Amino acid sequence: MSTKNIIYMDYQATTPCDKRVLESMLPYFCDDFGNPHSNHVMGSRAHEAVEKARDQIAKLIKANNAREIIFTSGATESNNLAICGVARFYGEKRKKIITDPIEHKCVLEACRAMEREGFEIVMLPVSEKGLIDLNALEKAVDEQTVLVSVMTANNEIGVVQPIDEISGICRRKNVPFHTDAAQAVGKTEVDASKVDLMSISAHKIYGPKGIGALYVGLNPRIKLTPLFFGGGQERGMRSGTLAPALCAGFGKACEIAASEMESERARLTMLKDRFLKKIFAGLDRVYLNGDEKQGIPGCINLSFFGVEGEGIMLGIPDICISSGSACTSESLEPSYVLKAIGARDEVIHSSLRIGLGRFTTAEEVDRAASKIITAVKRLRAMSPVWKEEDCEIFGKSNESLSGSEKYRRTG
Amino acid sequence: MNLYLDPKNIGELDENDKNVGTSVVGAPACGDVIKLQIKVDENGKISDAKFKTFGCGAAIASSALMTDWTLGKTLEEVKTIKNKDIADHLSLPPVKLHCSVLAEEALEKAVENYLSKNKE
Repeated sequence: MSTKNIIYMDYQATTPCDKRVLESMLPYFCDDFGNPHSNHVMGSRAHEAVEKARDQIAKLIKANNAREIIFTSGATESNNLAICGVARFYGEKRKKIITDPIEHKCVLEACRAMEREGFEIVMLPVSEKGLIDLNALEKAVDEQTVLVSVMTANNEIGVVQPIDEISGICRRKNVPFHTDAAQAVGKTEVDASKVDLMSISAHKIYGPKGIGALYVGLNPRIKLTPLFFGGGQERGMRSGTLAPALCAGFGKACEIAASEMESERARLTMLKDRFLKKIFAGLDRVYLNGDEKQGIPGCINLSFFGVEGEGIMLGIPDICISSGSACTSESLEPSYVLKAIGARDEVIHSSLRIGLGRFTTAEEVDRAASKIITAVKRLRAMSPVWKEEDCEIFGKSNESLSGSEKYRRTG
Repeated sequence: MNLYLDPKNIGELDENDKNVGTSVVGAPACGDVIKLQIKVDENGKISDAKFKTFGCGAAIASSALMTDWTLGKTLEEVKTIKNKDIADHLSLPPVKLHCSVLAEEALEKAVENYLSKNKE
C-alpha cells in the first residue's frame, strides 16, 4: 500500500520527526561536526548547539538550571539511570523502592534488577481508572525508602498521576521522587522543580529517535552512580561523546512543543471527541478504558465487545494503531496495564489504543472511525461471543471501567 | 490472510438437530473462542460445517480452513486432519500455533458431541 493512504494513529509509540526539527539538526552532521567536548573552534560550535538544546529542554520542563539536564539515549536509559543510579548511590542505608504496576516495562524491569541486588520493591495499588493510591503511598514511604518512582502519564491509557500530591509526600519525608514523563512532556504541563528526577524522550515529541534526557535536580542535590564509565561527561553521570545533531533536534522539538502545546491540546481534544462520537454512534458496547478527564490529549483506549483487538487490526491494515490483546507482540502477554486497573481478560483482548497527534487531520479521524466500525461489525458477525444473552460475560462487570458516561451507549 | 479477509463457512447450524455436532472451545479470557458445528448426512459424511470465532486472524483462518477440509469426509477420515496440517497450510508462525491446536480441538469436540447424540 502506498504511504499516502496510511493513517498513522500510534503517537504514543512514536511520532514522526517534525520538518523544523530535522532542519535544526542538519548543520551538525557534515558542517559543524565537531566533538562538543573538544577545545577548538569546531568543538565549541558543537558545544554551543548542545548547550542551546539543554536550555530549550530545561525551559519546557521548568528546570531551574540547564545543568540539571543529563542527555541519554532515550527514556529507557533515563529510567534505568534514575532507578539503578539512585538505588546504588544511596542503597547502603535505604533498601526500599516504591513504584506501581502500570509503569513502563523499563521502570519495572529496572526495579526487578534492583530487587536482585537486595532492594525491596513496593507496588502501590492503582484504581480502576489507573490512579495510584495516595494513602498507600503516604503509608509506604519511610526512612528506609531510597526512591519513589511514579510515571506522569501512562503510555497505554494516558492517565495523568497527581504529581503535586506525590511530590508533597516525598518532600515532607525527604525521599527522592522520580517520574517517567516521556508520555507527558510536551502534551501537558510538567514541572521539574516538583520532582528530583524526570525522564523524557525526544521521539515522543516529534524529535529524533535515539536521544532522551534525565533531569537530575540540583536543589535538593541528587547524586547517582552512573550505569557505565568513561570520560565523565554530563556531570559524571553519563559518559560518552554527545550527539550534537540529536541534541539540537531534541531542543528544537521542546521549543516547538512549548509554543504549540496549548493550541495543540485544544485541537487534539476536538479530534478525540469527533472520533469517539463517530465510534459510539456506529457501534454499541464499546468501552473507554482509563480516566477520560485525567488524561493526556490524543490518547484513546477502547474495548470492543465480542471481537479481538488484533483481529480488528488485521481488518484495517492501512491504519496504524496498537492492540492490548495477547496476540500483538511476540510476548503473547495481554496488557499488564489494563490488567492492573482491574479490566477482565476479555476486555483486555478486545482493546485498541488509538493515538492522535500533531499531524492527525479531521479527515483521517473520520476515515479511521468508519473503517474501524466496518471491521468490528464484520468480526462481530462471525463472533461466537456476540449474542445479547452472552453480554454479561463481558458487559456488566466492566461498566465501571468506562470513565465517560456521555459517550456510552448500551446495547 | 485471504481466509481471514474472506472466510468461508461462517455461520451456525441448528444445535438441536440430531445430525449436528456442536463444540465451543477456548475462552474469551484466553483471547480465542471457536464455535464449530458439523452436520452429518445419512451416508455418514459431513455435509455441512460452520464456525464462529472470536480471536485474531490466525484463529479465524484456522477455523475456516478446518471447516472447509471436513466437508465430504467421514467422521473417521476427519481424524486425520491435524493441527500441523492447518499450521503448515496457513504458514502460521510459532506464536500462533495454538490457534490451529484450538481448531483441531474444536473439531474433535464437535465429533464427540455428534456421536454422543447418536449412540443408541
